[in-house]
Amino acid sequence: MTAVVASPSIERGGFNPRTIGMIEALLIPVGALVASAVLFSVFLLFLGKSPVTFFGLIWTGGFGSAFSIQNTLQRSAPLILTGLAFAIPARIGLTLIGAEGALVLGGFSAAAVAIPLVSGGWTPVIGLPIMALSAMAVGAMWIGLAGWLRHYRGVNETISSLLLSYIAIAIMNFFVEGALRDPASANKPSTMPIGDAYRVGSMPGTSVHWGLAAGVLLSVLLYILMSRTTFGFAARMTGGNVRAAQAQGLPVGMLVVTCCAIAGACAGLAGFFEVAAIHGQANASLVAGYGFTGILVAFLARQNPLAIIPVAILFGALQAAGGLVQRRMGMPDATVLVLQGMIFVVLLVSETFYGRIPFLQPKREGGR
Amino acid sequence: MSQSDIFIVLIAMIGGAIRVSTPFMFVALGECVTEKSGRINLGLEGNLVLGAMVAYAGSYTTGSPWIGVLMAGFSGLVLGAMHGYICKLPKVNDIAVGIAFMSFGTGLAFFFGKPYIQPTAPRLEAIPLGGWSSDPSIAQALQVNPLFFVGIVLALFLSWALANTRWGLIVRMTGDSAASARAMGVSVDLVRLLATAAGGSLAGVGGAFLSLFYPGSWNEGLSSGQGLMAVALVIFARWDPLRCVLAALLFGAAGAIGPALQSIGVSQGYYFFNAAPYILTLFIMIASARSKSAAREAPGELSIVK
Repeated sequence: MTAVVASPSIERGGFNPRTIGMIEALLIPVGALVASAVLFSVFLLFLGKSPVTFFGLIWTGGFGSAFSIQNTLQRSAPLILTGLAFAIPARIGLTLIGAEGALVLGGFSAAAVAIPLVSGGWTPVIGLPIMALSAMAVGAMWIGLAGWLRHYRGVNETISSLLLSYIAIAIMNFFVEGALRDPASANKPSTMPIGDAYRVGSMPGTSVHWGLAAGVLLSVLLYILMSRTTFGFAARMTGGNVRAAQAQGLPVGMLVVTCCAIAGACAGLAGFFEVAAIHGQANASLVAGYGFTGILVAFLARQNPLAIIPVAILFGALQAAGGLVQRRMGMPDATVLVLQGMIFVVLLVSETFYGRIPFLQPKREGGR
Repeated sequence: MSQSDIFIVLIAMIGGAIRVSTPFMFVALGECVTEKSGRINLGLEGNLVLGAMVAYAGSYTTGSPWIGVLMAGFSGLVLGAMHGYICKLPKVNDIAVGIAFMSFGTGLAFFFGKPYIQPTAPRLEAIPLGGWSSDPSIAQALQVNPLFFVGIVLALFLSWALANTRWGLIVRMTGDSAASARAMGVSVDLVRLLATAAGGSLAGVGGAFLSLFYPGSWNEGLSSGQGLMAVALVIFARWDPLRCVLAALLFGAAGAIGPALQSIGVSQGYYFFNAAPYILTLFIMIASARSKSAAREAPGELSIVK
């Protein structure tokens, strides 16, 4: 081992390491986005479609009018929450990809507890919090289980969380097609509608539901939790080196399960808003891929809860504009999926550039 | 449930195990080769779905299902090679790349697969092994696809080649200790790139089975995690190609419970039985995690079992 350098700011050729970290964290993801846009343009040209029209339509469909902006924000609300559901366990070193399942199961349980509440004539002021809490609790249990299996049983959390997602969808289908099916839902089996009184309304002056506010609030709270508290410090330390954390006497098991439970609660809450603000009942529409897009959102935001908000809005815009692209350019709805997949792959390739951008590197003493 | 009902369910499950297991078998064998070289590819689900689409499109346009199978293998090869190339860049996490390829492969398949959802393509012909029996349910269960036998022969070959050939030794050495492989003058990155590409192409062939034989058409809900379950299955099979085949048959049987019960009119809990393979996988993972013998047989460079 070489000796530790006393003065990093001189060593780093004028930049201090913290600034370099921030520049890299901004420059590399943005560069990855630009590179994937270029790649996707080539893909479009190859198919004989115009990239200019495509990105123009994405702009129009995502941000072009008051309506499209509200549509974008509406779609970014669940993405913020599922992005958090990936990012928080990632800070403690886990790769959990089961947010889709926690969202579906959370939304389903919200719709299920609503049935006795609605028929019992409870006021929504009491009923809606009960629905939200049950969605969060079920989500927390679901992802918490993956974390528990990881820490106490050594089961790979990436695979187990995805398996749990499929099991969650099967559980919802089981009840929605059976015991809890609304007889009126002929073509698309669903639970009983929660009714207009139980709908979560829009935020004042907009047509965007309260899920966006909840997502932003949770992002800020979780940012504070992860970077400004002892809990967050312990969690990040565990993510950096589990053995060192254990040697320090940190309660690693509790930290892992808590982070997973927080993640599950976020995804469950997203499910609650999908049911209470969008669909009004639980059915197969809950399986919309928000959980998987959330993974990409978290990666692009580099697992930073605050950065998740703008990134989620960007992907919300992409999804909002999908329909417009489909109609105007005659392209399948999977176009957005291809673009997202491309961004994901390019983004991971870009990870290799951290610490390797020439002009940000320290000037070595004595030359090369 | 009467005696004959149990018989029908059993026959349907055996037939189902043979039918449902084939894609599992191909993906698991592919993943087995990749993991033997010390790398993990979680993205084989993407290869499977893209392979299914390419095979169907190939069979539809050329009229020959076997050309479709070859094209599916090629598409899987390309995705696998991309995965292998990206993973050899420094600081890139192979698990994350797997997740990315899962969504990229699926996205490409849905994008290009749109025009092929309606038309019917020529399917792979089955070999009627049940011709000796007059019982239609036996005859139906023993309609075995040639790809099933290809898979078994492949497993035998891989099992022999990994143990007895120079190439097999190089792959195992790269997987057990990259440092010793380097010391022997073997290019670790190249071996892993080739192993990932080969594994990817097998997963593509597995996808061809889905669209060209069972269920036998292309649609967007064709695969639901088979590619990922196969990764768990390889851990369960302890990186042994022959045990991969047995594990695939077990998974196939679990997947066949629901349809088998439905064939005698028990539709209660159909969705619950649909979840059986996932639940089985989860329990198998819990049982095989942290087992001493698994740790002993795992390739030393593999991150997923630690």
